[in-house]
Amino acid sequence: MSRALVLSRKPAKLAAAAVAGRLAPGRGATVGPLSLRDVDPPEPPTPEWVRLRPRLAGICGSDLATVDGRASRYFEPITSFPFTLGHEVVGDLDDGDRAVLVPVLHCAVRGIDPPCPSCAAGRTHHCERIAFGHLDPALQSGFCRQTGGGWSLEMVAHPDQLVPVPDEVTDEAAVLVEPTACAVHAARAVRSSAAGSEGTVALIGAGTLGLTTLAALRHLDGDTDREVLVTAKHPEQRRLAAALGATRTVTPSELARAVRATTASLVVASDETTASAAGGQLTGGVATVVDCVGSEASLAQALRVVAPGGDVLVVGMPGTTTLDLTPLWHRETSLRGCYAYTRDDFTTAFEVVIAADLARLLSATYPLSRHREAITHAAEAGARGAVKIAFDLRGEKHR
Amino acid sequence: MPRPGLVLDVDRSTPPMLFHHGESFRLEKLPAGRSRVVYPAEPLDALDDVDGAIADALDHPLDSDPLSARLFAGMRLVIAFDDVSLPLPKMRRPDIRQRVIEAVLDRAAAAGVDDVRLIAALALHRRMTTDELRHAVGDRVYDAFAPDGRIYNHDAEDPDGLAFLGTTPQGEEVEINKAAAESDLLVYVNINLVSMDGGHKSTATGLASYRSIRHHHNPATMEQSRSFMDRHSSELHHSNWRMGKVIRDAGVNVFQIETTLNNDTFGEKGPLSVLQKREWEWSARDRMAFLGMQAGLKRMGPNTRRRAFQSWEAPYGVTSVTAGAVDPVHERTLDHCFAQHLVAVEGQTDVLTMGLPYICPYNVDSIMNPILVMCLGLGYFFNMYRGRPLVREGGVLIMSHPTPWDFHPVHHPSYIDFFEEVLADTTDPKLIAERYETRYAEDEWYRHLYRTSNAYHGVHPFYMWYWGAHALAHLGSVIIVGGDVKAVRRLGFRPASTLQDALEMATDTVGPQPTVTHLHNPPIVMAEVT
Repeated sequence: MSRALVLSRKPAKLAAAAVAGRLAPGRGATVGPLSLRDVDPPEPPTPEWVRLRPRLAGICGSDLATVDGRASRYFEPITSFPFTLGHEVVGDLDDGDRAVLVPVLHCAVRGIDPPCPSCAAGRTHHCERIAFGHLDPALQSGFCRQTGGGWSLEMVAHPDQLVPVPDEVTDEAAVLVEPTACAVHAARAVRSSAAGSEGTVALIGAGTLGLTTLAALRHLDGDTDREVLVTAKHPEQRRLAAALGATRTVTPSELARAVRATTASLVVASDETTASAAGGQLTGGVATVVDCVGSEASLAQALRVVAPGGDVLVVGMPGTTTLDLTPLWHRETSLRGCYAYTRDDFTTAFEVVIAADLARLLSATYPLSRHREAITHAAEAGARGAVKIAFDLRGEKHR
Repeated sequence: MPRPGLVLDVDRSTPPMLFHHGESFRLEKLPAGRSRVVYPAEPLDALDDVDGAIADALDHPLDSDPLSARLFAGMRLVIAFDDVSLPLPKMRRPDIRQRVIEAVLDRAAAAGVDDVRLIAALALHRRMTTDELRHAVGDRVYDAFAPDGRIYNHDAEDPDGLAFLGTTPQGEEVEINKAAAESDLLVYVNINLVSMDGGHKSTATGLASYRSIRHHHNPATMEQSRSFMDRHSSELHHSNWRMGKVIRDAGVNVFQIETTLNNDTFGEKGPLSVLQKREWEWSARDRMAFLGMQAGLKRMGPNTRRRAFQSWEAPYGVTSVTAGAVDPVHERTLDHCFAQHLVAVEGQTDVLTMGLPYICPYNVDSIMNPILVMCLGLGYFFNMYRGRPLVREGGVLIMSHPTPWDFHPVHHPSYIDFFEEVLADTTDPKLIAERYETRYAEDEWYRHLYRTSNAYHGVHPFYMWYWGAHALAHLGSVIIVGGDVKAVRRLGFRPASTLQDALEMATDTVGPQPTVTHLHNPPIVMAEVT
C-alpha cells in the first residue's frame, strides 16, 4: 500500500471547497474533496514505465486552485478523477538514481505514433493528443488517474518524463527545476516578444513564478542593462526580487506610476485627480509585461501599462475573467499565454536553479499528514514571508 | 509695548509645552534642569496707516526715482507678485499684495500706462487658482485684468515665454520670464514673511526657469547656505545676487517693493489665540479653549480637520513697506524681519525639539506629505538661525508630526514617485541629484501637469529634499514623534510614539542627560546663536 493525497470528483465537496477557498485561500483542503488515503500504488500503463518515489513535491498555484475549487472548467475534459496531485517532483528511481519529473503527458508518453504536429516539432507542451492514447485524459502527471502524483509515496512515470539529477544538486534545488522550467520558457518568450533582448519589462507578481522568471530572464540576458520592474506585495518578496536582479521592486499599486516614470509616458483619464496619480491609461508603457499572477486585476493592470503594440505574456494561470479589451484592440496589444516548457527549457532550468541559487526559494516542507497546514501555508506564502512550500516524503514510511 | 522673544529654562514648575502636531497639538513635559524653550517675540506694533506707508514708500523710494517718475504712457509695465506660498497662513483680506498693487496701478493709470501685466511669480510651484489670485490681488484688480488675460501665472516651462539674459561669472545661466525681461519696468511686490524671502531672489528665482533655478537649488548650494535665513551666509542667496546683477546688466529695470508682517499669526483674541501665548500665562479660559479645540479636532474626520485649519486667515499686521532699488530695500526689510524674529540664544544644544504645524509653503489647501514634513523640519525650522545652528553638529532633531503616507494627487504627482522610487533607493541628496533629478525635471508628463493643471514641477520634491541637505549633513539623527512608522522610515528617520521615547532614543546618539532646546515655532522665531 502507499499513501497519497487524492482529489475525488465530489461536486458537493468541490462546491464547499470553492466557498471555503474564497473565504480563506487554502481552506479548500479542509472541507473539499482532497483526502489523505492508503492507496494501491499506480500500475505502470506499459512495461517501459518506471516507478518514481517522490522525495520532495512542491505545491503549485494550479494545485491550490484545484484544491480550492477555483480551477477553470476548461480543465474538466483534460483531467481524470480521482487523481493524486503534485507535478513538481524530485524522486528516487528503482535503480537508486534521482530524477526530476517532466509532467507533461504528451504523445510519446501516451504511446501515440506518429506524434501530433506539435510534439513532432518538439513542442510537447502543445500536445494535441492530451486526452487520447493509452492514458486517461490529463494534461500532466498530477492530474491523471493512472500516473499518480507527487503528493504521494509512489507514482509512475514514462522514461521520457524523467531528467536525471546530478549528485551535486540537492533535493531542495531539484524540486525548483520544474517551476523554473516554466520560468525559462516565459523568459524565452520575453526575449522573442516586443521587449526583445534589452527592452524594459514589467513583471507582475513575485511568488515562485515571478521570482524564477526574473532569475531566468537575467540568466538568459547575460550582462545587458535591461530594466525589469517587479511588483511584489510583501517585504520578503521585495528582498528576493532585488537579490535576483530586479531593477526596481514596487507594490502593485505603484506599478503604473513606476512604468509611467520609467517610460516618460503621459496619462489619459476622465478626471484630473486620477490622471495626476497615473491612475488612468498610460499613453506609452513598457514593451512587454509578464503577468505571473493571472488574476483579473493583474491582467487589467498589464493592459494599462503595456506600450502600444506591446506584448502581455500570461504566465500565471488565469481563470474565467472579465476584462475590458478595448485598449487591447485600440493599442494593438497582444495577449499571449505562456504555459509549461520544452525539454530544452528543462535543461536550462537546471542551470538557472544552480546559478541563481533558487533552492533558497524553498521556504518550508511538510509531511503528508500535515497537508492542510502545508496547503494553507502555500496559499498564504507571500504574506507569511515564504515562497515555495513542498511536501517532504523522505521520512515517510513505505508499507 | 510688545515683549521680545525669550529663552526659558525649564524647571519642575514649568508647565507642559505646546507642540504643534500637524492638524492637532501635543502638550509635552520637557526634562527639568537641562531643557530650555525659545519663545517668539510678541507681534510688533503694526503700522497704523498702511496705505499711507505704501504711498510714502512709492513716492520716496530708496536709491530710485519715485515710482510715478518711472511710469510713462506707452510703456510696458509688469507687476510681479509673490505666489500662494506666502504668507502662511494666508492673510486676512485685504492682502498686503492687493493694497500695494492697487497703489501701483493708481499711479500707472495717472501716468497713462495701459500696457500692464500682473504675473504670479511662482517659479516651479503650482499655478494659483482663480480664488487664490483673487485673494492675493483683490477682486477689483482681478476683475479688471483677468478677462483679457493680463493677470496670469508665470510658466517656467513655456519655451516662448522665457528670455535668456546671460550667465554669471560662475557659469550660472539666467533665464527669466520674457514679459518681465522685456518690460520697461518690472515692479516686484513681496511679502517678506521671513528673512529668506525677497531681495534679488524675488526675480532671479520667482520668475525664472528650471534651467536657471537648478544652479542654486542643488545639494552643494543648500549645504553651504548656513543658514538660508541669513542671506549674507547663504550660498543660495549669493547665487541669486549674482543672477540679480546679470538681470540688471541685461537692462531689466526692477522696482522692488518689500513688505513685512508681524507675528500675529493666530490672533490676540479668537479661537486660536491660545497658540500665541506662553504656557505659564494660560488662563483657565485659555486651558478650556485648548481642551475644547483638541476635543473638537478629535471628533472631526481628517478632511474636515484639514479644511478647518486651511481656512484660517491670519490677522497679521503690516510692519513695514519699503520700495526702490533691490539691495537697499532688502537690507532695510531684513532689519524689520530680524526685529520681529530674532532671539538671542547662548550656546548650542544636544537635542532640538520642534512641533511641526499643519502648513508649509507648499501645501496650501493641500496635504502635508512626508517630503514636506522633512522640508519644513530640516529645511525651514532647522535653518531658523543666525550664527550657528541651534543644535550642535552630530546632535539630534526631534520633530512632532503625524507624517501621513498621503499625497495630494493633483498638487504633488511627482512627489508620489519621488517617495516611492527615489527615497526607496537612497536619501543622500547628492546621489539623488545624480541619479534622478534630470529624468524628473524633464519628464513630459510632469511638465504637462505643471503647465496645465495645479501641479508642482516635476523637480520640486528634489528641491524639498535638498532644502534639508544642510541639516542632514549636520545632524546625528532625526526622530519623528507620532508619525506613520513606514513613512518615517522611508524618510530615513526614526519613529517614536512619544516625546519621552524619542528623548530616550536620542541618548543613543548624544549620550545620557542631553541638553534639550525646544523651538516654540510658530509664530515665527529665529535664534541668534552665540
